[in-house]
Amino acid sequence: MTMLPRFRRRPWSRTSAPRRSGDETPGPPDWPEHAFEDRMATVEFRVAEQPHIVVDTEACRSCAGRPCIGVCPADLFTPTADGGMVFNHEQCFECGACTLVCSQEGTISWSYPPGGQGVVLRWA
Amino acid sequence: MTRFDVVVVGAGPAGSAAALAAARTGASVLLVERGPFPGAKNMHGGVIHGGVLERLIPRWWERAPVQRWVTRRTTMVMTGTQSLSLDFRSAGWTRPPYNGATAYRSEFDSWLAGEAERAGARLVCSTTVTGLLRAPDGTVRGVTTDREGGDIEAGVVIACDGVNSLLTGEAGLSAARDPGNFALGAKEVLALSREEIDERFGLSGREGAEIEMLGCTAGIPGGAFLHTYLDTVAVGVVVSVDGLSASGVRPEELIARVKAHPSIAPYLRGAELKEYSAHLAPQGGYDALARLAGPGLLVCGDAAGLCLAAGPWLEGVNFAIGSGMAAGEVAARSVRAGDVSTAALAAYRNRLEASFVLSDHRRWREVPRLLRSQAVHEKYPRLVCDAAERVLTVPAPRPRKGLSSILRETAAANGTRLRDLVRDGWQILRSFT
Repeated sequence: MTMLPRFRRRPWSRTSAPRRSGDETPGPPDWPEHAFEDRMATVEFRVAEQPHIVVDTEACRSCAGRPCIGVCPADLFTPTADGGMVFNHEQCFECGACTLVCSQEGTISWSYPPGGQGVVLRWA
Repeated sequence: MTRFDVVVVGAGPAGSAAALAAARTGASVLLVERGPFPGAKNMHGGVIHGGVLERLIPRWWERAPVQRWVTRRTTMVMTGTQSLSLDFRSAGWTRPPYNGATAYRSEFDSWLAGEAERAGARLVCSTTVTGLLRAPDGTVRGVTTDREGGDIEAGVVIACDGVNSLLTGEAGLSAARDPGNFALGAKEVLALSREEIDERFGLSGREGAEIEMLGCTAGIPGGAFLHTYLDTVAVGVVVSVDGLSASGVRPEELIARVKAHPSIAPYLRGAELKEYSAHLAPQGGYDALARLAGPGLLVCGDAAGLCLAAGPWLEGVNFAIGSGMAAGEVAARSVRAGDVSTAALAAYRNRLEASFVLSDHRRWREVPRLLRSQAVHEKYPRLVCDAAERVLTVPAPRPRKGLSSILRETAAANGTRLRDLVRDGWQILRSFT
């Protein structure tokens, strides 16, 4: 059990993606939605020293779509103001979605963390 | 170098079934798992259809760490504000051999790996397999691991290393990594008291409920699910990776929308987030499978693409176990016979073709393609719900309209031509027959 404050209200949407017109999705539920950091704090990560994913962030500069940002369920790809990309492997689910959508082959080199390290799921 | 007849990589359901089946024939078996315990890296929709387990572990239901037996299965077609449900309950599902079980993968996978150990397999956790050892002719002869001096020789290697199978890739057996052939599953496990769950879902004892939802994924091909455990509820989405990427909506937002839906929110009120998780699942079906055998190597479960994730259907653990059993037996027999060539190991594919594993995939081979259309995930659910609302709303004081004019008008307002609806409906129906 985490001792994090659970009742902080977070903005409904993290992304700047425009809501589609005619979208009847109802507003936020009547209980507070979890802040993203609180959400990630529910997951155990045994962080390896060496990153198991290495992103050639130079290649990201010329990538227009940057689909990795939106699909990463742990939100680990962060664009920088100067057009670059920062990637943090520490809270990675090892799901592989980023490599599937990456438009430039070889930009994301992907392997598994050393034995016993990385994500540890207990309730999945 | 240590040698085993069979080295199984990955102690998920496929790997443990393979190790168990091979060990039972008397082969020496090593089961290598990169997580600190089996299941640590795994996530599933929530339900295990254990019918096939009966052949591996008779009366498995008396021993497996099951949370609840699914006795109520609801298929819900929805829009942002409406839902139409088909709610099925069966007394037959409350008795052995049961139909579906909810279980935590950390517990279930650890239990199944323990069964493999009891059959004589050796389980080693916290060890990542880093590559394949090969003979000069290309035949796989073992694996390299990240342990010091951790190379292991094998008669046959069975790759059960999951949806991102690095071994299948290294061996050149994997299918094209097209994002359309994969779904991202993301879910939240929420804590609620057992009494609350029983009351809200109308359950008692170990009865469990499963809700599969269509039309609540912001138009992204896929579906959502809700599963009950003893004192938790799992809510999540399974969406096509290419659709997710194109939508600009984040996975956790999709979950939030499902949780906020007026048909779902009352079930979850006051529930506390216990764990958030995400994983990929293969969804390309029969036509996107990996090659199942190479010299000295067999591929099972998600690594082979053996998973049905199409709309509200989510099955994987049963195919993993079925393929693992067949691979374990074929591998052990081939090692004994001294022939592990691709031709000899082709017996594995033949067995799968003759079993439910590939016959189910073959029967539903068109389903993934048909269910991936946007109409199925946005337009048609809206049409169905709008038509239901018009049929069920009492129009008085205005006079009632006939069913056919309601359908025609709803379709026109929805922008659907009835001709297209009938054609798609017929195709989808036919793809299931």
